Amino acid sequence: MKIRSFGDRLFDAFIYTVITLFALACLFPFFYVASFSVTPYAEYLQNPLKLIPSRLEFGAYKQIAEMSQMWTGYRNTVIITVTGVAINIFLMLITAYPLSKKDLKGRNAILFLITFTMFFNGGLIPNFYLVKSLHLYNTLWALILPGALGAYNLLLMKNFIGAIPKDLEESAFIDGANEFKVLFRIIVPLSKPAIATFVIFHAVTQWNTFFSAIIYTSKRTLWPLMLILRDLVVDDGGLAASDLNGGQEGVTVFTLKMAIIIFSTLPILLVYPFMQKYFMKGLLVGSIKG
Amino acid sequence: MPSSRWAGWKDGLRYLNRKKYLYLMLIPGVAYFLVFNYIPMYGVVIAFKNFNFAKGILGSPWIGFENFKYMFGLSDFYQVFWNSFSLSLLRLAFGFPFPILLALLLNEMRNRSYQRITQTVIYLPHFISWVVIGGILVNFLSPSWGVLNLFLKQMGFEPVFFLADTAYFRPLVVLSSIWKDSGWESIIYLAAISSVNSELYEAASIDGAGRLKRLWHVTLPGIKSTIVILLILRLGMIMNNGFEQIFVLQNPMNLEVSEVFETYAYRVGILGARFSFGATVGLFTSVIGLVFLLASNRIAKWLKEDGIW
Repeated sequence: MKIRSFGDRLFDAFIYTVITLFALACLFPFFYVASFSVTPYAEYLQNPLKLIPSRLEFGAYKQIAEMSQMWTGYRNTVIITVTGVAINIFLMLITAYPLSKKDLKGRNAILFLITFTMFFNGGLIPNFYLVKSLHLYNTLWALILPGALGAYNLLLMKNFIGAIPKDLEESAFIDGANEFKVLFRIIVPLSKPAIATFVIFHAVTQWNTFFSAIIYTSKRTLWPLMLILRDLVVDDGGLAASDLNGGQEGVTVFTLKMAIIIFSTLPILLVYPFMQKYFMKGLLVGSIKG
Repeated sequence: MPSSRWAGWKDGLRYLNRKKYLYLMLIPGVAYFLVFNYIPMYGVVIAFKNFNFAKGILGSPWIGFENFKYMFGLSDFYQVFWNSFSLSLLRLAFGFPFPILLALLLNEMRNRSYQRITQTVIYLPHFISWVVIGGILVNFLSPSWGVLNLFLKQMGFEPVFFLADTAYFRPLVVLSSIWKDSGWESIIYLAAISSVNSELYEAASIDGAGRLKRLWHVTLPGIKSTIVILLILRLGMIMNNGFEQIFVLQNPMNLEVSEVFETYAYRVGILGARFSFGATVGLFTSVIGLVFLLASNRIAKWLKEDGIW
């Protein structure tokens, strides 16, 4: 082994320091939120930087469990996530597969039509008017359909399918299978890593739905989790008054807010370590030019 | 010649029949883009109309550039323009290079398993909603119970109401967006780095180039075209700051610097129900973005770089 120079070691030290600090900065806010949500408030006031509380207090979580609006929010979010992902993946597959056929007539026109939407869009008001005209306003469909199919991910999917060797397909065609059969029997099983990646992407997008809910819903019963979160945690949406009067003793607004953040982010935080392996590899096939 | 035209038709129909399943598959997706993307694109005409919900787009009268004249006459507009543009420019200046730096450093890590762990960690914030991050920021920075202020108080300083102070808003937005997305954005550069020809590195090593030299003379030139493409795309968003981040950090006390086109269009167009004016604001930002995109693409070509097409 070569003896490494001083400069080389210094460079390594620099790299590891910068990356480690950045990674810690990415994690610590979440650690702290989780820790604060179970720390007795008096202890927090004494030493706000303490990461591990001397005893755990789950009062805030008990209180959340009794807030009916949290559960309505959860229900709405789960509905728009599951339905949204199913529609997104199905549309993406049946559109990407024909577009991956380089000799299909009209393909370039359709690709242009799709690509153009990445660079120009109607904007807020025309979209709002469309949702109103389609009678989607104040329905959960308004949080599912707009955005159910995006040009960029569709083109990535098309590239992925296009990179699958053609021989498997061809032998199926010789056996008399039609394109639907080939798509669902051959292409879909071979595209699992890409599909998994897009399931994750869209599920996260849907789980985090916020903007479209602000514009397209006015009824509180339709609010997804993120809107409730904003109302209770970012604004003070009556938390202090209604939810604390007669609430569990010892639970303060701050602790409750921290618990609400954890409660509504938990699914993502729990699934994340398992899903990251998919997008590390699955997606990058054909994702960049050249 | 009618007979050959008929033959052409017959060939076309035969082709369509042979590929009928493929075309059938395309119908829902194409219909989707027409309805959810192209109808709203047509909908921008309400920027040139005195739009009335009851009359619909077609029934509302044309008024030409009246809405634009009105917009350019508002002093609010220039404030919003400056807020959007300066914030976006700051993001570009500080936020654009950071993912490149991260990718270069990550790529130089020799310990592969540590590299993978740190990558996993720095991608995480991308998956968390701005509402959650806003909630964390608002509470951690709160003058009464925020961690930072409690700490400041214990150190004997006066607490600072960061989100009410116009001086802190822009740095806060820029830093939080770097924190949230630069890890994720480094992926594309890492992919580009991994496709740089490894023979170039070997040749550079034989020539006695150290790691820094190789990074500068091999890696960076190798990903230059990716950087240019992403820069062009980024310039196309020069008027955009994203609704969600700004909206959750916005409050009446910082509105003077925090009102950007997205939140302004929401306020006048949706909350104020002035649809034509809201659409005018939206169209203005889209057109500026498109102009920046086309111009930067042209400049890139002129500098003999790959453009986006």
